[in-house]
Amino acid sequence: MIEIGFFYLFSGLAVFSALGVILSGNTMYSVMWLILCFFNASGLFFLLDAEFLGIVLILIYVGAVMVLFMFVIMMLEVNKAAKREGWLQYLPVGGMITLILFIELVAASTSGIFTSDKMMMMSHAGAEVNNTVEIGKILYTEYLLGFEIAAIILLVALVGSIVLTIRERKDAKYQNISQQVKVRKEDRLRKVSM
Amino acid sequence: MDFLDMVLQVLIWALEIVAIVLPVALAVAYTTYAERRVIGWIQVRQGCNRVGPYGLLQPLADGLKLFMKETIIPAKANKFLFVAAPVMALTPALLAFAVVPFGETSLFGFWDEPHVMAIADLNVGILYVMAISSLAIYGILMAGWASNSKYALIGAIRATSQMISYEIAMGFSIVCVLILAGSLGLSDIVNAQAGGILHWYFIPLFPMFIVYFISGAAETNRSPFDLPEGEAELVAGFFVEYSGMWFAIFALAEYAAMILIALMTSILFLGGWYPPFEFLDFIPGTVWLLLKTSVLIFVFIWFRATFPRYRYDQLMRLGWKVFLPWTLAWIAVIGICTYAGQISESLSFLSDAIGFYQPWR
Repeated sequence: MIEIGFFYLFSGLAVFSALGVILSGNTMYSVMWLILCFFNASGLFFLLDAEFLGIVLILIYVGAVMVLFMFVIMMLEVNKAAKREGWLQYLPVGGMITLILFIELVAASTSGIFTSDKMMMMSHAGAEVNNTVEIGKILYTEYLLGFEIAAIILLVALVGSIVLTIRERKDAKYQNISQQVKVRKEDRLRKVSM
Repeated sequence: MDFLDMVLQVLIWALEIVAIVLPVALAVAYTTYAERRVIGWIQVRQGCNRVGPYGLLQPLADGLKLFMKETIIPAKANKFLFVAAPVMALTPALLAFAVVPFGETSLFGFWDEPHVMAIADLNVGILYVMAISSLAIYGILMAGWASNSKYALIGAIRATSQMISYEIAMGFSIVCVLILAGSLGLSDIVNAQAGGILHWYFIPLFPMFIVYFISGAAETNRSPFDLPEGEAELVAGFFVEYSGMWFAIFALAEYAAMILIALMTSILFLGGWYPPFEFLDFIPGTVWLLLKTSVLIFVFIWFRATFPRYRYDQLMRLGWKVFLPWTLAWIAVIGICTYAGQISESLSFLSDAIGFYQPWR
């Protein structure tokens, strides 16, 4: 009973905040709405006994990804008037995407694969089942290859972005800390006999 | 569960929350007092000693003074976010205390088995602390942006990049603890260190202990990493436009975060509520935990009195080029040691040695 109440609370707030993301005029507010949306999504994970996923969603998306988003948005000078104009121009494309997504959702929910007797969790796993342990067991045995490939792709993306943005400036002076630390008195001081 | 049970449960939760939040608020107030006295002592002067005996009422006087002051909101500031930012900074700092286990108690023999003294003993406790404490950035970012001031904005940007950089090193040093303890739950991590000072994780993870503690200082914007509020170049950093009670809330959040880092360091590396020697068992565990925390807070204050502030590029270098490789290397060291025995019989002394710290094996 309470669980259903919480489900409607989280999912309703998630939809509401998702609307807030696209409808609010201030980009800063949009980011805040998106953060609220992530929190509600992680609340839904908690209701499904997936506390590891819920916490990781907050840790990665709210704690790191959205911070970088906000970092960029903070620097932008958003012209509100310019944002409003030209929305008619994007209406056909946007409308088409909306329509396709809508048809897909309706088709999926009426297809019978997601009916409640197949998908619904009949009861919660007991306290002795550790969500983190279960995910770890399956991720590092059955799906090890996929997991490793995903990790490598992420690493390549990371290195790639660093390579793209790094610029070694010739005219700038850089510190060599280990060299500085290694300096001894004899390197700098010279005794002069007068 | 009928209605009466639910009301009783809610009452118990409320009591638990009050029992954590009030001591935290008091501890924050008296950490500021301790900081002033200790720095005074280090710098051979008195510190605050006017209000009350030994100046003990000084934090209350300061609080009252800040409370009575007028709150000024800049004309061009975003008023809603300007007011919301301090709240957003304080909330995560207090929320994280919900999972901190302060000890084990059987309530003077009332329960048969000892219960962990925490509002919620989550089995992903350490991840929860990481996730919640990373939210503190939003308060700072909001404050910097909503103030509509150059200094505040630069302070907020510095704070953000600093926090993100050091969070990675912190996360990796926690991974080492997890490999040893085999659990994400804070009470499990403490219980894995039971049995005296030799079982504490700062021995096999000594570099990680140092990395975690220093990253904690950087994460909470403590000196010598207090660049976001570097007064020489940024006046006061992200809270330059704040005054009165809203300013005090930022200070409150900062000190609460510092206490949290000290608590987490003692839980992860210094054996939590366990005494260093078995024969000291008669002293309650909570006293030991708070004692360790107080020592670490003293070290934080000592840092502040001793070290000059880092330069910004040196700060980034320390985070990315020193701490990150060390933590990654130590994860490899611990991981290889754990499974060395399975690779060849001659290496099994390594896994035996590390197995001393791994109760899950």
